[in-house]
Amino acid sequence: MAENIFLEVVTPSKAVVSEEAQIVVAPGSEGEFGVLKGHTTFLTSLKLGTLRYKDSSGHDRAVFISGGFAEVLPNKVTVLAESAERRKDIDVDRAKKAKERAEKRLSSAGGGVPADIDFVRAEAALRRAIHRLSIKGVA
Amino acid sequence: MATLKEVKTKISSVKKTKQITSAMKMVATSRLRGAQESMEAFKPYASKFAEVLGSIAGKAGEEASPLLVPKEEVKKVSVILCTSDRGLCGGFNVNLIEKADKFIKNNLAGKEVSLTCFGKKGRDWAKKVPMTIDNQYIGVVGSKFDFSVASTSGQKLINRFLEGAVDEVYLVYSHYKSVARQEPVIKQLLPIPSLDEMEKNDAAPQAGKDAAYLAEHICEPSSDVLLGEMLPKNIFIQIYDALLQTSTSEHGARMKAMENATKACQDMIGELKTIFNKRRQSGITSDLMDIVGGAEALKG
Repeated sequence: MAENIFLEVVTPSKAVVSEEAQIVVAPGSEGEFGVLKGHTTFLTSLKLGTLRYKDSSGHDRAVFISGGFAEVLPNKVTVLAESAERRKDIDVDRAKKAKERAEKRLSSAGGGVPADIDFVRAEAALRRAIHRLSIKGVA
Repeated sequence: MATLKEVKTKISSVKKTKQITSAMKMVATSRLRGAQESMEAFKPYASKFAEVLGSIAGKAGEEASPLLVPKEEVKKVSVILCTSDRGLCGGFNVNLIEKADKFIKNNLAGKEVSLTCFGKKGRDWAKKVPMTIDNQYIGVVGSKFDFSVASTSGQKLINRFLEGAVDEVYLVYSHYKSVARQEPVIKQLLPIPSLDEMEKNDAAPQAGKDAAYLAEHICEPSSDVLLGEMLPKNIFIQIYDALLQTSTSEHGARMKAMENATKACQDMIGELKTIFNKRRQSGITSDLMDIVGGAEALKG
């Protein structure tokens, strides 16, 4: 692997990742996809999931993504996410608490109307929390 | 005529006021720095988003999203008013409220107007008028907040728009130009102004470059679907941006106002000191006169 592709992950509050990567694997809304240098230009939405990449020294990295968009250019991948965290930055306690909160809310809704906005939000929060924990290896 | 003691009390009270205003100025300065930093941090995201959006907007049709379609008859209008929670920032809130008020009176006469208020000052005004308040968010502007505030409130408005509960949405906020200059601005959020205009505004610098690689962009899912997903996000981004700008403006305005107040206090202390000295001198003079007069009388 000689050539690297530049990976950038930006959120509204900061740039989370900005470094060279050997390979990037991202959770596209139509399925997971991998990108190497020289990929054709490509634009897709991302679903909640884990963005994986190998950094220039060959270490595997994982970044939590809450969904967003990715733009792929031959030498650069830009990910726009509403929130994103590197594995080491994930706050386990916070995620656990969020999970409990969401579960409580969902159970108190008692299988309420799924179209209800609070219900949808609690569900999304739960999914985010579970995913964060699974990246961290605390299921 | 104030006595010596009264002048002295006055001086010490003005001094205390000055201490407070200069402390407030310092707080505002440090908050301003924080707000400016979050504005800076948001820029890469916003500009990249605008670039990508501008590029697919060119490909997708107008019918890609219901958010683009103007309503045939506009009856109900919603205005998002961003103000600060706290006062003591000069004409900052007054300017914003006046702008909103004029806009509502001139452009939206005869329509049913409801407000979404960010900030206490705007809400208090709306209550007094009175106007319908859909939602209010206190404790956002001027403090730390994250993107979810913008997306929650934005989603509510989008839902209302799609349900037909509102026909148009406007955003009133303070555009941050510099510490000394903040300008109240009105922006139309929904229906989204035509995409050509949006491209012109947001992605103008990259337009030339975009056109070059755009033609070959593969979109997954189709560009129409992508656009449909991105447009609501774009609304959230605009709201978030407005909130950031308003926060920064608030701190800037407060800093300026407190600086002026501190200066005014300084001037006042100077004046009072002159009065105090004059008064003290005239006291001494009259005492001397008494003594001299008494001595003369004793001499006979």
